[in-house]
Amino acid sequence: MSTATFDARRWRPPPLIKNARLRWALGIGAAIYFAIAIGSLQVNWLRVYEGLDRGWAFVLAFTEPDFVSRWVDIRDGMVESLIMTVTSTVIGIIISVPIGLGAARNIAPLPIYLLCRGIIALSRSFQEVIIAIFFVAIFGFGPLAGVLTLSFATIGFLSKLLAEDIEALDPAQAEAIRATGARWSQLMNYGIQPQVMPRLIGLSLYRLDINFRESAVVGLVGAGGIGATLNTSFDRYEFDTSAAILISIIVIVMIAEYSSGMIRARVQ
Amino acid sequence: MPVVERAGLKVWQRRERTKQLAIWFGWLAGTALFVYCWQVVSDATTWAFFWDAPRIAGDIGGRMVPPRWSYVSRIWQPLWDTINIATVGTAVALVLAVPVAFLAASNTTPSKTIVRPIALLVIVSSRSINSLIWALLLVSIIGPGVLAGTIAIALRSIGFVAKLLYEAIEEIDHNQVEAIAATGARKSQVIAYGIVPQILPAFAGISVFRWDINIRESTVLGLVGAGGIGLQLEGSLNTLAWPQVSIILIAILLAVLASEWVSAKVRHAII
Repeated sequence: MSTATFDARRWRPPPLIKNARLRWALGIGAAIYFAIAIGSLQVNWLRVYEGLDRGWAFVLAFTEPDFVSRWVDIRDGMVESLIMTVTSTVIGIIISVPIGLGAARNIAPLPIYLLCRGIIALSRSFQEVIIAIFFVAIFGFGPLAGVLTLSFATIGFLSKLLAEDIEALDPAQAEAIRATGARWSQLMNYGIQPQVMPRLIGLSLYRLDINFRESAVVGLVGAGGIGATLNTSFDRYEFDTSAAILISIIVIVMIAEYSSGMIRARVQ
Repeated sequence: MPVVERAGLKVWQRRERTKQLAIWFGWLAGTALFVYCWQVVSDATTWAFFWDAPRIAGDIGGRMVPPRWSYVSRIWQPLWDTINIATVGTAVALVLAVPVAFLAASNTTPSKTIVRPIALLVIVSSRSINSLIWALLLVSIIGPGVLAGTIAIALRSIGFVAKLLYEAIEEIDHNQVEAIAATGARKSQVIAYGIVPQILPAFAGISVFRWDINIRESTVLGLVGAGGIGLQLEGSLNTLAWPQVSIILIAILLAVLASEWVSAKVRHAII
């Protein structure tokens, strides 16, 4: 029996980027960029070192969060956040459905399409907080500015995804409805709406979730909700109260995510 | 089949009566909840300000034009900081998110009873809390500056990346893993040759997607003192320098559009 000897060639898995030159260029470019970027980070290490104690105090605060001493503030802030979430999501959905219809190229004429896409782009480009700053300046402090901010942000999110869904739907069903001589409103109701409804419900529930998380943030600039309480507790270094608020937010988000997952599993 | 007899004729209906009633009550409860919530919001609002809003908006709009173009030279540095916060933050998050994702995926986790719930808790905690709140916290711990912003972005992104990545790991093709394991590969080799090649495209897509989101989020971190162009925005807003505000908003808009374009291109190239 003869023994064959093989070259000790090592097999390698194919790389993600096939072109070797591009791969190396990207790698070296990234390395240089990170060197410059990290070099330009100006860090006051003394301040960081001093802060470590406070950081540790914050971590410890999570083991014994203090719900009691600021209970009224926490409760009121949370209730206000939840109320803002519900209101803004409902208003957002009501406004974003027509805009979503208008932003779908297959059912909207070009001028309306461009207008609706413009609104969506505007809403998506700026963070909620920037919008909130302007709305607080315009409508005054309080939950109304927050509700309007979150509604505006909801429009960008829901309309865009709804429009993409409508553009991807099965044209045969809409064609069949149109062939019966249906009016435009009937076409929407029987040809389009049944196809996108499950996804619209899913997206709305998802947005409800996001709006709750964001409602904690718009409070930082005076637009109502739990954010103001949270900000105060950080400023006063009352980390046990901050921990209590953060834990409440996490728990509510978990409950919302779990229940919306169950509802989505049923409708889809 | 839901059919009722009406005057001797069988009439088909879409739903049984009880189901129809349940749906109707659902709508009633939902509407009542909304009306109640709106009532609360309305009570907390000074409506005189609301009706005055168009005038105020026009006033602010009038002050914002023309933008102070000479201010552009002052925002290159903050803009560079903003991009660094987003990019370095994303890179740190990616490094930390990979092990979390492997610990959280039900097919790669070492222990389903202890490690997996902890990893999932890390993910949900990181996801639930907005990067602005992380930044607020970090500014009060390690002081204002770019470092706080970078860490805030990283902490917020870990959960996002790890969640999408562990879902990708759970959806891999098990035949390939089994084939590698059948050659007598070690656990680490199974991961390197059986799992990693399958999730690499998803990982690249998720990274670029999150980087795009982080560019948006890092533009506002300065509002709480965590560096970047938000600092300039805060300063200009506080001094009511509206022509500068419009320049900064234009810069943010361009940065966001550019990052969206890059991320769309890269994702298109991968998929």
